[in-house]
Amino acid sequence: MEVLTVNDLWVKYYTISGIVSAVSGVSFKLRKSEMLAIVGESGSGKSTLGLALLNMVPKPGRIERGEVILDGVNILKSSPREIMKIRGSRISMVFQDPFTTLDPLRKIVDQFEEFLIEHGVDKTRARSIIKEYLEAVGLPERVMYSYPHQLSGGQKQRVSIAMAIALNPQVVVADEPTTALDVIVQKQIMDLVDSIKEKYKSSIVLITHDLALALERADTVMVMYGGNIMEYAGKTELYGNMKHPYTRGLFEALPRILQKTLPKSLPGNPPDLRYPPPGCVFHPRCEFAMEKCKSEKPPLIEVSKDHIVACHLYG
Amino acid sequence: MGLLRYTAIRALMIIPTVLILYTLVFIVLRVLPGNPVLAALGTKNIPEEQLQALMRELGLDKPLYVQYFDYLVNFIKGDMGKSMIIRGRPIASDIVDKLPATLELSIWSIIFSLIIGVGLGYLGARARSDRVKAIIRLTGSIVFVIFIPALGLSLQLLFSKYLGLLPTGGRLSTTGYFKPITGIYTLDALLRLDIPVFIDALKHIVLPALTLGLVISGPYMRLTLNNMEEIMESKMIEAYRARGVRDSKILRHAFRHVLVPVTTYTGLQFSLLMGGAVLTETTFNWPGIGTYLVDKVMYRDYTAIQAVIIIFAIIVGLTSLIVDILYALIDPRVRY
Repeated sequence: MEVLTVNDLWVKYYTISGIVSAVSGVSFKLRKSEMLAIVGESGSGKSTLGLALLNMVPKPGRIERGEVILDGVNILKSSPREIMKIRGSRISMVFQDPFTTLDPLRKIVDQFEEFLIEHGVDKTRARSIIKEYLEAVGLPERVMYSYPHQLSGGQKQRVSIAMAIALNPQVVVADEPTTALDVIVQKQIMDLVDSIKEKYKSSIVLITHDLALALERADTVMVMYGGNIMEYAGKTELYGNMKHPYTRGLFEALPRILQKTLPKSLPGNPPDLRYPPPGCVFHPRCEFAMEKCKSEKPPLIEVSKDHIVACHLYG
Repeated sequence: MGLLRYTAIRALMIIPTVLILYTLVFIVLRVLPGNPVLAALGTKNIPEEQLQALMRELGLDKPLYVQYFDYLVNFIKGDMGKSMIIRGRPIASDIVDKLPATLELSIWSIIFSLIIGVGLGYLGARARSDRVKAIIRLTGSIVFVIFIPALGLSLQLLFSKYLGLLPTGGRLSTTGYFKPITGIYTLDALLRLDIPVFIDALKHIVLPALTLGLVISGPYMRLTLNNMEEIMESKMIEAYRARGVRDSKILRHAFRHVLVPVTTYTGLQFSLLMGGAVLTETTFNWPGIGTYLVDKVMYRDYTAIQAVIIIFAIIVGLTSLIVDILYALIDPRVRY
């Protein structure tokens, strides 16, 4: 059963220097307690997609078209008041940098409590929720009375996660939740995310640039490039049967312990999305590019069950 | 304990500041051409003998280091010295007279400029429209370059001459029976629970403080608006939004962050106003210390200038001390 359905989503930024097509026609479905990893380089549109899931694309961005259906309701059509109620309670977000996302001037308990009260929780209940969820993310109770600067990066991220799950949302969007943290803390945080998925049956959208992390942790993986879906498949299917030249390029760029040769890096740079290349957005960097790729945008092709690729090689 | 210790250390740091300023002023005064005797007489054509006698009388014949330490020691003992121009007039009584007037003007000007400047800046940040923001930025730039006497005279014309609501100058219309405590009349009237005097003092301060306050509210508008905008685009605010916190609350949280630069600027502005409100003081016949200092510099009244500068240094030091304490109260990250 789907908790979240995204249909043909288009997001554009109307900047002074041109119109940037950040997300172009993305569709996917997220099932209950599924972890979907959205993988891509910087500028692939993955973070914009994450914000669009909460209908909070910042100016000058605009959601041009599409649907984000959460629990049967298209939240792109919700009124500002309704969307405020939905954010944080039915779909929530964990951001990349825990150092900048908590308000440095206010104690954790004040920020946490305010958010709960905004969603109609009364004060005494709020206190017990705070205690419960700080414990759930492995923090001592006294953290409540700390200011963010008194906590470590990992602790701050745990606080953010506690807030993100405190009202039992159906979907948690985690945008690079471990990128700002050191390796050991990264593992701890990802273990925590895993355990939350199991315990609270939340569905998780993990946005990351790290294909290895996605293949290790997620149930399904969506590879994005230049605002488009390149490949979308279950983790095991993708690992055993990578189709898209971009996915393979990302995979070969991963360093490996048992391999003597250096990882292969993908030549070229991500496209300038003010002037996206015609045809397949990836063709300028693709070693298999054909004439067709320069003029025709590849459709999403189902190569095997639940494995979708956008590439003319399979058309 | 922490804050107390921090305050004490900060207070002690005022001493070297004062010493440095005193030394600089002492040197500059002696290096500048002219001296108090000639300035007071208004002529250079006096017999050398008489000049020497007058110099000796003022102690100006002593070696410079003796003059330097004599004055310093006397000052520490509480004696600010006597005027070199108006013979025998103690400087302290002048300062007690003029300083509170300037303090009163500065404080009320800051209050007005905070209300106008920070208020408009905040409203601008709240308004989603870019046009409103542009108008407020422009207003901020325009009011800051207004020539104070021009604005002051216009306000006097409107409120005093045509509407007859407010006086054009001075500090009180009824002197005599009112005994000041601090010399800041609005405060004294409140302390004495004397409402008529309070209203009278308020009426006198409104125009000068509004004139000065309006001009210095310009930077506050831009400062508040720009900082609010920057914070509203930060990740912190994005996170608040993602949690479904409503905009009115988010704006309030963002505003707390703006208080830091506003405090910094207020500290600087207050220090500037102490000596820099001369134009306002002149326009409104406000007997402040700025005008007094300018006057004394003209006459090379060394003792008076030195005393005022030392007082300024102490006030500037105290101001930055208060600013530092405010930082610590606003931002928990400030260590003390």
